[in-house]
Amino acid sequence: MEKFDILIAGAGVTGGMIARELSRYQLTVCLLDKANDVATGATKANSGIVHGGYDPEPGTLKAQLNASGVELLFEAAKQLNVPHKRNGSMVCAFAQEENHIIDQLYERGLENGIEGLSVITGDQARELEPELSDKVTKALLVTNSGIVCPYELTIAAVGNAMDNGVELKRNFAISDIAKIGEGFVVSAADGRKVQGKYLINCAGSFADDLAAMVGDKFYQIIPRAGEYMLLDKAEGVRVSRTIFQTPGKEGKGILVTPTNHGNLLTGPTATEVEHGESTETTGAQLAYVQRMGAKSVPGVNFRQVITSFTGVRASVAGGDFIIKMSDKVDGFVHVAGIDSPGLTCCVSIAKYVLDILKNAGVQLTEKENWNGTREDMHAFAKMSIEEKNEVIKNNPSYGKIICRCETVTEGEIIAAITKNPVALDIDGVKRRTRSGMGRCQGGFCSSYVMKLIAQHTGTDMTDVTKNGAGSYMLTEKM
Amino acid sequence: MLNHDIVIVGGGPAGMAAAVAAYDNGVKDVVILDRDDDLGGILRQCIHNGFGLHKLGEELTGPEYAAVYKAKVEERGITVYKNTMVLDVSKDRVVTATNRDGIMQIQAKAVVLAMGCRERSRGALNTPGTRPAGVYSAGTAQKLINCEGYMVGKKVVILGSGDIGLIMARRMSLEGAKVEAVCEIMPYSGGLTRNIVQCLEDFDIPLYLSTTVAQIHGQKRLEGVTIAQVDENRNVIEETKRFIECDTLLLSVGLIPENELTVQAGISMDRITSGAMVDENCETDAEGIFACGNVLHVHDLVDYVSDEAERAGKGAANYVKNGSNKTEYIPVKAVGGVRYVMPQHIHAQPGEEVSLFMRVGQPYGKVRLTAKCGDKVMAQAVKLKVAPGEMEKLVIKTDKFADLTGEITVTLEEM
Repeated sequence: MEKFDILIAGAGVTGGMIARELSRYQLTVCLLDKANDVATGATKANSGIVHGGYDPEPGTLKAQLNASGVELLFEAAKQLNVPHKRNGSMVCAFAQEENHIIDQLYERGLENGIEGLSVITGDQARELEPELSDKVTKALLVTNSGIVCPYELTIAAVGNAMDNGVELKRNFAISDIAKIGEGFVVSAADGRKVQGKYLINCAGSFADDLAAMVGDKFYQIIPRAGEYMLLDKAEGVRVSRTIFQTPGKEGKGILVTPTNHGNLLTGPTATEVEHGESTETTGAQLAYVQRMGAKSVPGVNFRQVITSFTGVRASVAGGDFIIKMSDKVDGFVHVAGIDSPGLTCCVSIAKYVLDILKNAGVQLTEKENWNGTREDMHAFAKMSIEEKNEVIKNNPSYGKIICRCETVTEGEIIAAITKNPVALDIDGVKRRTRSGMGRCQGGFCSSYVMKLIAQHTGTDMTDVTKNGAGSYMLTEKM
Repeated sequence: MLNHDIVIVGGGPAGMAAAVAAYDNGVKDVVILDRDDDLGGILRQCIHNGFGLHKLGEELTGPEYAAVYKAKVEERGITVYKNTMVLDVSKDRVVTATNRDGIMQIQAKAVVLAMGCRERSRGALNTPGTRPAGVYSAGTAQKLINCEGYMVGKKVVILGSGDIGLIMARRMSLEGAKVEAVCEIMPYSGGLTRNIVQCLEDFDIPLYLSTTVAQIHGQKRLEGVTIAQVDENRNVIEETKRFIECDTLLLSVGLIPENELTVQAGISMDRITSGAMVDENCETDAEGIFACGNVLHVHDLVDYVSDEAERAGKGAANYVKNGSNKTEYIPVKAVGGVRYVMPQHIHAQPGEEVSLFMRVGQPYGKVRLTAKCGDKVMAQAVKLKVAPGEMEKLVIKTDKFADLTGEITVTLEEM
């Protein structure tokens, strides 16, 4: 059985970032995920917002980690060459009765130590964002916040961790955890087993199941679905900042934001669902997203929707993050209830977890050759024609466009299939390269992508999946 | 920077016919840029027959029809850059393209846009449910089956009764799949009547009109769909919902002209056709840039694509030879039951014949189609039956261009 110093359960943005932080040190680390890829849970389907930090209740772990997390996150995104932008945000009141909420958020922001906040009038808000609704009466302007591509951040963090020696095991659905003398033996449903001295539980919606396996389930994950609509790049110019509505009875409300790739995103709803994989969209909730998105930015043309999706937040009662060494089971670290602003806090959470491990006696000796940077997977697209020609001369596959909507070359797809963490399925290629992410949603490129995956993984076309076992694309060779 | 007289973007039926026509009208320096590894475009995957009856007087398959034009291109020695994707066309006709040899820029005297169209996706429909494998646009499935030789599923529901959907219903059946249903949200089919007969009725495949897919089920691979009837506002009628087990959903829910390059070039677009605004020579409002085929408007028959592309190719050749001879334009407008008319404006040049192409907004019985300028009837035709799926045509005769002012309107009266 393979033995590691540290096991991390769950390769979402939290687990991935913890893996990267741990990869700095002379430790053996193994990251486990039940899916065929990293970033397939809540991480792949959320708003992608780097929250300013005015929202969490002062004194909570969320408030603390959000305040310290923003700069850490932007720094990591830069090192990892992940698309990010400090585009700022606005929280808007839509009636005089809501104005006081803006003032409260401002006060709370100050209490949380957040800089760059100001309260502006509706007219001032519209001056900054001309497409904003006439009905906006007052707004909180936030300048430290931004957007980041959550799945690309996770892929890059895991890739960087792997480049620095971390091992990733996929399709490792944890079915049993046995506490042994020094550490844990973790078993997967398919019979594989790994051993580790410490086990960090970053299992998202399944965190409570894992806690139960070691006999320390003191919280229950409450899966809350959020539905989104993603619109064509033609709509991506409606706003430059992320537009929030005042948080009310229905939660944080529906936001409208540009994405790092130039699309417009609106959502999420908040509905309690059965489990973490309840990611279906519903007619009623999508209609609500559309109505509420139009409330902030009435000019949005919803005929330009290119896809809709649902993400499931792994919330807990009480609402704060649960990040601590287990009181009952030595060596088991809970990282649970990581809902919003979890993405913003992924690096500050990782550093917090490192402190927990350090306090527990883990020796953190830095590696001499740690490299925290990762190459820019979108570098080719940013080059001048002369630079591109230079690349194509050495590697002609960069001259062949596979995805015309997003202008993705064969070279970029092959890189995604061959670089840590390699893409094994169509969705994996999509998240890494954006091939299939555009307005035709893979209609044209998917058969080429399937061919490339089959070629480079040495499998047959019929073995290529959308997102792992069971999601087969083809039934037979004719 | 390379220089060519005419650059054709796209080597499908439109691009090939435009290239041949340009050559035959006296401009020999014509090049075709195509993203695929061979000429033919989408025809290459359309292995069914029904192509060429009007244009070539015989019934061919898609690849056969393409081969006819490919031979014409080759006979003329027209240069074809294969595996070459055009990234940009500027208003002053600099075409930027990429292939395995690098990125090239061509200064063209005239450009013909012939990029074709793409299919509307599931995302654009906003169909609720999960996002499993097994949801294909009909054309993607057609390519996988006909070109790659892989079957995509065994039990199939098809949403949309456009021609590709109907053709694929038959194709899947011939390959041993069970097509459970074809659902059409409109109260009528958008496909050709002959396809409804030959592809559905001959195979006992039910066509459910005013019916849509209300939900998609299955976590990994599609497990089934909920279909439901819709009311006159196309809203789902809850009590009509029923589940159909299937592993494949094919979508044939509309084609969208692939006009990214056109929009990027700043060319004026028609909101209804989603293609460029053109004159009778298929010239856009960017001088020397022409558009034809499905990138201009979605055609029902490839034969008409070829006709249109020949006009574009000839127009481009004339432009290269003679420069611009733009005189006053007369706008052409669709009115009432006529959904759109092509071209959107014409020259008032006596001595020429101009065809107006149009589609109606809904099916009608016997109608009279009339093109008028003021009170003057320019052309008229009586049709026994018209439908949105089939293109109609009126020809304006040569002598009628004299003294025209105002605009030409095309109307429909029920008889």
